[in-house]
Amino acid sequence: MATEFKPWLLLEPDALRVAGRFLASFLPPAHGSDFLWMLARETWRTVAIATAGITLGLLIAVPLTLLATRTLSVSALTGRMAPLPGAVRHAVRLLLILLRSMPELVWALVFVRVVGLGPAAGVLAIALTYGGMLGKVYAEILESGDAQVTQTLLRNGAGRLQAFAYGLLPQNAAELTSYTVYRWECAIRSSVVLGFVGAGGLGQQMDSSMKMFAGGEVMTMLLVFVALVALADQFSAALRKALG
Amino acid sequence: MKITLKDLSARHATARRGARPALTALTLDIASGEQLAIIGPSGAGKTTLLEVLACARPHATGDLLLDDTAPWSLPRRLLQRLRGQLILVPQVPPLPPRQRVVTAVLAGRLPSWSLWTALRSLFYPVDIPAADEALEVFDLSEKLFERVDRLSGGERQRVGLARALVSPARLWLVDEPLSALDPARAQQAVSALVREAAARGVTLVATLHQVEVALAHFPRVIGLREGRLVFDLPAAEVTPALLARLYASHVHELHGAPPADEPPAPAPPVVMQCR
Repeated sequence: MATEFKPWLLLEPDALRVAGRFLASFLPPAHGSDFLWMLARETWRTVAIATAGITLGLLIAVPLTLLATRTLSVSALTGRMAPLPGAVRHAVRLLLILLRSMPELVWALVFVRVVGLGPAAGVLAIALTYGGMLGKVYAEILESGDAQVTQTLLRNGAGRLQAFAYGLLPQNAAELTSYTVYRWECAIRSSVVLGFVGAGGLGQQMDSSMKMFAGGEVMTMLLVFVALVALADQFSAALRKALG
Repeated sequence: MKITLKDLSARHATARRGARPALTALTLDIASGEQLAIIGPSGAGKTTLLEVLACARPHATGDLLLDDTAPWSLPRRLLQRLRGQLILVPQVPPLPPRQRVVTAVLAGRLPSWSLWTALRSLFYPVDIPAADEALEVFDLSEKLFERVDRLSGGERQRVGLARALVSPARLWLVDEPLSALDPARAQQAVSALVREAAARGVTLVATLHQVEVALAHFPRVIGLREGRLVFDLPAAEVTPALLARLYASHVHELHGAPPADEPPAPAPPVVMQCR
């Protein structure tokens, strides 16, 4: 009972009445023109936070990926990696672990104190955590494929970035894209959560609607989330088809 | 490029300690611009020899000199520059699916390109005529803008050869260039290869399964068996008795028909991981 999880509390008449009233207020969804206008603005802001966060995250992740990918090592062509590149690779992997082991919520709480309430904190929080995640997964995707294409290029004297552009990237483009779009979808979700701690966007509005028991407004916002995720899905499918 | 091997031995990439070396006490001099075929039964160490010559793997003992330099004593940067002056064409060239043939061929130019040129060429190939010319040599120019995953095994193999033609390399190391070609194509491809190498003054070392082709097109032929040099002679002096000794207990390989052109392999599905 350490968790103090008492499911029967849910079924007590008082709790049922409160929850029932709150849920009942979800219908009909709010659709006042002022509210919808505000919602559109906040949705736009949420998408912008997620996109800016992912973009900054990519700026962190891509160089780190290139450093961490074993397939792109010239010295590893002939057995073990040389000591210095090996050490750099380990340091980069450690950095990626550090970046992603802190949840974005914690980063957001830190940045809200540093840069104040608002979208900047959300963007920075997403950038750091997602930079760590993207870097790790990109490196794994690149290393899991067939290394021969890249090795052939490296063995014939191509540079590492050239070998990346002519071997690894075309080989893995579809998977890298689909993972990036999925992460963008996750970033939209997480920017909503970050809104609850004051990082702006839909989350902040949802927080205040919840506090005011405005169920209709909450409902409309949830519908907007579903629409956003479905949109990301379509986008990813289209990109994969184009690269596939 | 001049090659000198002195008492060289090498192990298989995956060999365990104490296993028989893939190459033993190999001494060989190849002059610049010379054309050489390596023949021998399977497992003779032909591919290992090519990889050692390509600086793709270090040898165990002995000396390897390329243009009088020992590659493995060079710093990594210079070693990589030296690798840019030779090209190893693997038996089945690994190519990323969806890449255009023109890009796959021009990838041979990478060592002489800056990173910027290489990236620009991905968007608009910088030297289409060179790629077209190289493909024309192997009768493949109509595939210039085709995707490589739509090519048959034999066509892919010729794309790999065309890559050597556009590369800045002065040493071509070609592994079984005919393994996926039908006999007529094989004749045409090997004579084109020899002709182009001579025209460029490039040193050509090829491993071959087809003994008659090797004897007909290459001035010098060496026989390898179990990692040892059996003979190293001008083609005219290779006698049936020598060949019989080289292929003893592998006779079927001596007369074996080359495999026919394969249909294109289906592109492997993109594996989506759950993360």
